[in-house]
Amino acid sequence: MLLDEDDIRRALTRIAHEIIERDKGAAGLVLVGIANRGDHLARRLAEEIERIEGSAVPVGVLDITFYRDDIGLRAEAPEVHETRIDIGITHRTVVLVDDVLYTGRTIRAAMDALTDFGRPARIRLAVLVDRGHRELPIRADFVGKNVPTRRSDDVRVLVRELDGRDAVVVQEAGSLSANGDALEQRSGSATGDALEQRSGSATGEELR
Amino acid sequence: MPEEVLFRAAKVVDPASGHDGVTDVLVAGEVVEAMGPELESRGAEVIDCEGLVLSPGLVDLHTHLREPGYEYKETIASGTRAAAAGGFTAVSSMANTDPVTDHAGIVAEIRDKAAEAGLADVFPVGAITKGLAGESMAELGEMVEAGVRVFSDDGMCVPTPRMLRNALVYAKAFTDEVVIADHCEDASLVDGGHMHEGSNSYALGLAGRPAEAEEIVVARDLAVARATGGRIHVLHVSSARSVELIRRAKAEGVRVTAEVTPHHLVFTDDDLVGYDTNFKVNPPLRTAEDRDALRAGVADGTIDVIATDHAPHAVEEKESEFDLSPPGMIGLETALGAVLTHVVATGIVTLPRAIEAMSGTPARILGATGHGGPIEPGRPANLVVFDPSEWWVVDPPFASKARNSAFTGSELSGDVRHTMLRGSLTVAHGKVSR
Amino acid sequence: MNRHVLSMHDLTADDVIRVLDTAESFREVGSRVIKKVPALRGRTVVNFFLENSTRTRISFELAAKRLSADVINFAAGGSSVSKGESLKDTALTLQAMGADAIVIRHSSSGSPLQLTGWVDGHVLNAGDGTHEHPTQALLDLYTMREKLGRLEGLRVAIVGDVLHSRVARSLCFGLVKMGADVTLIGPPTLIPPDAPAWGVQVDYDIDGVIPKLDVCYMLRVQRERQRLEYFPSVREYNRLFGLTATRAGALPEGSLIMHPGPMNRGVEIDSDVADLPQAVIEEQVTNGIAVRMSLLYLLLGGGGGAEASAEREEVLRA
Repeated sequence: MLLDEDDIRRALTRIAHEIIERDKGAAGLVLVGIANRGDHLARRLAEEIERIEGSAVPVGVLDITFYRDDIGLRAEAPEVHETRIDIGITHRTVVLVDDVLYTGRTIRAAMDALTDFGRPARIRLAVLVDRGHRELPIRADFVGKNVPTRRSDDVRVLVRELDGRDAVVVQEAGSLSANGDALEQRSGSATGDALEQRSGSATGEELR
Repeated sequence: MPEEVLFRAAKVVDPASGHDGVTDVLVAGEVVEAMGPELESRGAEVIDCEGLVLSPGLVDLHTHLREPGYEYKETIASGTRAAAAGGFTAVSSMANTDPVTDHAGIVAEIRDKAAEAGLADVFPVGAITKGLAGESMAELGEMVEAGVRVFSDDGMCVPTPRMLRNALVYAKAFTDEVVIADHCEDASLVDGGHMHEGSNSYALGLAGRPAEAEEIVVARDLAVARATGGRIHVLHVSSARSVELIRRAKAEGVRVTAEVTPHHLVFTDDDLVGYDTNFKVNPPLRTAEDRDALRAGVADGTIDVIATDHAPHAVEEKESEFDLSPPGMIGLETALGAVLTHVVATGIVTLPRAIEAMSGTPARILGATGHGGPIEPGRPANLVVFDPSEWWVVDPPFASKARNSAFTGSELSGDVRHTMLRGSLTVAHGKVSR
Repeated sequence: MNRHVLSMHDLTADDVIRVLDTAESFREVGSRVIKKVPALRGRTVVNFFLENSTRTRISFELAAKRLSADVINFAAGGSSVSKGESLKDTALTLQAMGADAIVIRHSSSGSPLQLTGWVDGHVLNAGDGTHEHPTQALLDLYTMREKLGRLEGLRVAIVGDVLHSRVARSLCFGLVKMGADVTLIGPPTLIPPDAPAWGVQVDYDIDGVIPKLDVCYMLRVQRERQRLEYFPSVREYNRLFGLTATRAGALPEGSLIMHPGPMNRGVEIDSDVADLPQAVIEEQVTNGIAVRMSLLYLLLGGGGGAEASAEREEVLRA
């Protein structure tokens, strides 16, 4: 286990403060969580920010499945979750929120999706865990914890809303198949979530 | 071609004479010269027939040669080539040519072309009505003089009882050998239908041709035959109830004969679920119960003849939408194999009975003198030699121009080795000679 | 999910749920200002419409374009054979165009299945003869689920010419698959005798069934498909089986009136009935685009064509 419940809570609180500090307040802010887990983290961040600043921050959820760069390359079309962005994002500061930053492909897709919704003044990125191994020139503005990993590791963020508890865990090479593919199903997600998986799996596992 | 051919140690199965046993057969010129154990070869070409069956050359009572008029589907030359390959020494030619075979001139033309090709004898069938229009009788007398014995509007059903009655009664003027053959399907019930009407047609969204469309016309034709004392022949029976009607009518002395196709003895409407147009045929393939009744009908003699209804179509015609595709399948080259594999090997019909249904009986009805046996010294040598247990895979290209066979890809046992037409081998060692 | 969607029998109940759930997301895309996502960028979808239908074709065209696919419309007035080209040859031409998916609509039952034997791409049946119309059934199921919250246990009547209606058949199979309770109503000459084997009931008295329905689904009177007389007159048909204002009034509160369109107002459905709030006919059309996007996405979003598989090997190995 990399982070336990308390670690996560403290990290989110710190990130909330950093966001407020960076933009000198919460005005013009929109948090957009990347489905599936970024959504819950975004809402918690919004609650924190509201507690600190006293003003409500609009929160949306964005599913980036249709913007993935690997559609058609997997056995099954990746599963889609809800997208709901009720507020206009043009001229605002959008903070994308995700659980794990890995290759950067998910964020690339998220930015493409966002630009179809409007033209934000700026986009920032907040992640709970940055595990390195970027494949695109993407970096996070706010990071809960930097965790060096091997490519063959499997880093998972569990949230109580979906998994019953809050934790960040690493699973090592033993849980992989002979050719290096990560095999296990992510609890709560039947088929492909994020697309940053380093090595392929038949059903498009959750990637960082 | 040597003057003499000696078939050595063949198992002769000849229902016409009752012969069933291994013997040698010596052919000289156009006739069988001698039969017996261990004949002297004296310069004849010797063909070893150990393990093979020798029987009268097969005779097809129901063939579509498509010439004149539809040479793009088949010609007399390619059709008789297919016949020889299938072990046939004589075939008919149905009248739905263009122009229709409804007068003696066309009958002669077809005979001449067949003689030219020299691969099988053709006995043309004449139309009952002019142009197959079902309105006025064709000149049956003139065609009888030209040698025609079977008249049929096949493709079309004789439209009214009145027309059938006229033809049956009129035909009595000639010889007692004239037969009126009907394609029994009531037009109003099969209009727009493409397969047997039943669960499968509902599932596939295709309009159906119900079994009663055939049964109604069979009953009608039997009643007219009974009343007039004329001879009728029921083409391609497809339904169990039709078989029963014919059985009862025969018991009452009605002069009816009946035929069934090899494909109706093998397939059912279940075979159409993939919309494969090679299974689209009129009358349609029906249920397993119908098929079983047809098999039993052949076994007990209710159905006299197995006839192919060889119906060639162009490749592009069959590679089209199911409802737009013309019905029919070729059958000359697979008939023997299909019958041997599916009804003889399974014990439903004996080999002599099957051979009789495919040679002697159709020869008699068609008036194909010299064909169908008996195999005895002095009679024309129209023979087929086949291996009943050799398996082969049905695969185009065929000797026929066409490829619309429902058997493509399947395995049949029963391979023709030699076909002999009046002393000349049209097929030798499995290969057609021209 | 199956490689092709030709019939409702090609989908399991889970597949159906997946299609409907995914369609939700595409409905959301349709509510955005930019109604387009790049999901099928670079893929080619051919609309092979050999039977006229502007509405369905446009629906599929929009669906493919909103997925950023390239669309080719191949329409023909009649059959290929009538122009001297076999259906197979036409199929091979489409193949040569690089079609990843072919959406086929044809007046000949079975032509989509025949097509699958000749092309490598995915085949989607947009209506074949009197056989099936699975995408219509799916959008109808979507509409029902959305309005009534469920499919299982719904009491649905399908009224009219079931014998010739590919919509009725697909809808029947789909509803039974999802656990609904289906009754077919119409003149006996227009209901296949086999229907009870499909898991449905048959009734000839519409007034007895109407007060117990959640959905009343009216079929078009297929005048152009009938060449033989199945009922004596339009007047009698309307009297015995038409959804008149009185009958519509007898429907339970909250029930839906549906129709696949286009409507014969005054024949199977009275004009003012078609405009009642419980008649969701226009929504069926809107939902059609989302459901068709969902199908195209699910078919093409996985597996990919022949080229994609070679690429796939490389990427997944990297």
